[in-house]
Amino acid sequence: MTSPWFESPADAEKRLGAVGYLADTATATTAYLAGALEKPLLVEGPAGVGKTELAKAVARATGAGLVRLQCYEGLDEARALYEWNYKKQLLRIQAAGDQAWDETHDDIFTDEFLLTRPLLTAIRREEPTVLLIDEVDKTDVEVEGLLLEILSDFQVTIPELGTVEAVRRPLVVLTSNATRELSEAIKRRCLFLHIDYPDSEREREIVLSQVPEVEDELAGQLVEVVSRLRALDLRKSPSIAESVDWARTLVALGTGTLDEAAIAQTLGVVLKHHSDHERALKELKLRTR
Amino acid sequence: MSLLDRHLAFLQALRDAGLPVALSEGLDAVRAIEALGLHERETLRAAYSATLLTRQSHRPSFDQVFDLYWPAVVGDGYSETKSTTEGGPDGAFRLGLPEDPAHPEHPTPLDDGPQALADFREALATAMALGDPDALAVLAREGVQRFGRIRGRGPGEQRWSAYNVSNRVSPGELVAKALAGIGMSDPDEDPSLRRLVEAQARAFEDLVEAEVRRRAAEVRGPQHVARHTVRQAVEQIDFGSARRADLELMRREVQPLARRLATRLNREQHQRHRGPLDFRRTVRASMSSGGVPLETHHRPRRPGRPDLVVLCDVSGSVAGFAGFTLMLVFALREQFNRVRAFTFVDEVHEVTDRFVPGADPATVLADLAASARHASLWGRTSYGRAFTRFAEQHPDALTPRTNLLVLGDARSNHGDLALPVFRDLVHAARHTWWLNPEHVRNWDTGDSAASEYGRIAAMVECRNLTQLAEFVHDLA
Repeated sequence: MTSPWFESPADAEKRLGAVGYLADTATATTAYLAGALEKPLLVEGPAGVGKTELAKAVARATGAGLVRLQCYEGLDEARALYEWNYKKQLLRIQAAGDQAWDETHDDIFTDEFLLTRPLLTAIRREEPTVLLIDEVDKTDVEVEGLLLEILSDFQVTIPELGTVEAVRRPLVVLTSNATRELSEAIKRRCLFLHIDYPDSEREREIVLSQVPEVEDELAGQLVEVVSRLRALDLRKSPSIAESVDWARTLVALGTGTLDEAAIAQTLGVVLKHHSDHERALKELKLRTR
Repeated sequence: MSLLDRHLAFLQALRDAGLPVALSEGLDAVRAIEALGLHERETLRAAYSATLLTRQSHRPSFDQVFDLYWPAVVGDGYSETKSTTEGGPDGAFRLGLPEDPAHPEHPTPLDDGPQALADFREALATAMALGDPDALAVLAREGVQRFGRIRGRGPGEQRWSAYNVSNRVSPGELVAKALAGIGMSDPDEDPSLRRLVEAQARAFEDLVEAEVRRRAAEVRGPQHVARHTVRQAVEQIDFGSARRADLELMRREVQPLARRLATRLNREQHQRHRGPLDFRRTVRASMSSGGVPLETHHRPRRPGRPDLVVLCDVSGSVAGFAGFTLMLVFALREQFNRVRAFTFVDEVHEVTDRFVPGADPATVLADLAASARHASLWGRTSYGRAFTRFAEQHPDALTPRTNLLVLGDARSNHGDLALPVFRDLVHAARHTWWLNPEHVRNWDTGDSAASEYGRIAAMVECRNLTQLAEFVHDLA
C-alpha cells in the first residue's frame, strides 16, 4: 500500500501551495513527517494563523476525507467516540414480540444501532482520512485520556462489539491555543509544530492568494502596517486572518492606497479591542477624523 | 565523533538546558531524520523541533543548542558567504577567499581600524533599515571576526567577545541613522517604525552572541559552551539573575500565565460545585421510590472568594520579583474578592490604586519602583519596623476572611524582627504565606531571618515563573 500522504517536504510545500496554503519550511517538513512517521501532529500558535486551515489543506491536497471533532468544555465519550442508539434499540425490543431475549440481545448490539462519532468514524474509514481534533485545549482531562488510547494504538474497544482497529491509520491533526497545558503524555506522542506570524514576504503572498483582487502595492502597504502593529504591545495582535479580512474590506471599499485616513477608517477590522485601537492610533500617529 | 554520538550529545545538552526530552522522542527524531535525509540544515532543525519540543517557550534554548551542535558554517565561514562590504575602499578585505586550513587558529586578522568600522556601521545601518535578516546574519559573522577578537589565556588561543562587538559597533546608536536612511529625519516621528528598527538592532546583538557562542564551541567543544551559556526557558529563569531582555519576556509572559491560571481555576470551581449532602432533601426525594434514596441531593457550595492583602518588600534586590508577583496577583483579580497591596522597605505604602485594569505593565512596574521612595525612611530594609508600622496604620486591613501574602527575602539587616507583631498579623488573617525569592539553601545565611519568620507563617520558595504559577494556583 503506497502512502497517500506527501513524498517529501518539497512535495508537501508544492501540493499545499497548490490548494492555497502557503507553508514555510518547518510547516511543510512537519506535515510530511506526520504522514511518513504516522504520528499525530499537534499544532500550536496564536489564534488566526491558520492552524485549522493546515489540516483542511492537507486533506484537500492529498484528496483525503476530513473528519472533524470540535472540542469544548464538557465534551464526553458519547459525543467524541460512539453512542448506542437506544431509541432504536427500544423499538427493536418492542417489535421483537415473543422472540427469545438472547436473540434480541444479540440483535440490538450490532452496527445497525451504533451511532459513530468523529473519532470512531475516522478510525473505521477505509479511504485516506485526515482527523482534525480542533482546540484540544478546551476539553477536560478525561477526554485527553481517551485520546491517548486512540492516538497511540488507533483502536477503540467497545465492550459489546469488541475492539475496532483502524483499517488505515488516519493522519491526525490536533490544534491548541495553549490556554491550558496539555499533558506530557499527549505531547510526547505527537509531533509538535508552532505556527507563528509569518514574515512580511510570505504574508503578502498569502494575502494576494486569498484576495486576488487586491493590488500588489496595496497588499505590501497593508502587510507593513500589520507588522508594525504586531510590534506594539497589544492585547490581541492582528493575525493572518485579520490581514486577509482587512484586504477584503479595502477591496470592497475600493481603496487604492493605504493612507492615514483609510487606516483610521478601517482599523476596526484589524484590532478588536478598544484599548488596542487607541494605542495603535497613538503609536501610528494617526488622528481620527 | 560519529553522527550518532553527535545526536546523543545533542539530546544530552538539551536535557541539561532543562528541556524534558524523553527516550521515545529521541527515537522519533532518529526516524524523522532517516525519513528526511541530511541534505539541509533547516530541514534537520524542523525534524528535531517537531519531535523533541513540547512547548514553544523552550524554543529559544532549543535553537541555541542546535546552533552549537549543528553549526551553519565552520571557522570564518569565508568560502560560503559574501560580505556586503566586499571590495572596500582600502582593498584590505580578504573576503571570498577560503581560509588557510593549515593555520585555522591564526588567520590573517581582518582590518578593524576606524575606516573599517565606519564602513561596517554604514552597512549595518542599511541592513537594519531594510530589515534584511540574511544581511544581518552575514554582518554579525563579519562583525565578530573583525571587532570581537580578544586574546585567549593560552598562547595562540583565539577568543571572541560579544561585548567588544556591541561596544565598538553600538547598534543601538545606529537606529536614528537607519531611520534617516529611509527618509525619516525625526526619529520620534513614527514610534511604531522606530520600534521595528530597534528590534532589528536587538536581533543583530542576538546574532552576534550566537556567533560568539559558535566560535567558542569550535575551540572548547559544544558541551562546554552549552553548559555555560544556554539560557533557560523564560519560566525557569530566576528572578534574581534575569537580564533585561529576560525581564521583558517575563513581563509578556505574565498576562497569558494569568489567563491560563484563571481558566484553570474557574474550571476547577465548576468541578467542585457539589457541596455537602442535603439530608432533608435526599430523604424527601426518596419517598417517591419507597424510601430508597436513589438520588442524593447536595447543598450548593458557598462561593468563598478570599480577600487578599499583599505586603511586599521593594528594596533593591527583590524589587523585580515583587513586581512580577504583584502583577500576576492583580491579573487574577477576578479570583479574589478584593486585593490590597502594600510596599515596604522600612515604611509601609499602599499601592493598590496603581493597578488599574488594562494599564500598561511596563508603566506599572516603573511606578512600583518609584514608590520605593515612599516606602523607605532610612533606606535600610527593616521587616520588624515595616510590620509594626503596618499594624499601626492599617489595623482594618486584615480580617478573618483575608489571606495575607508577604513577598520578600526576610533579610532584615540584623534589626529587630518584631516577631510578636508579625504573629498578631498572622493570627488576624485567615491564611498567611510568605514567598521567598531565594533558594532554600540560602535561607538563614547572613542577615536572613527566614526560619524565624518561617516558624510563624508558611514560607515558600518562589524563584521563577513556574513556581509562582504553582503557588498562585494553590492559593486561589
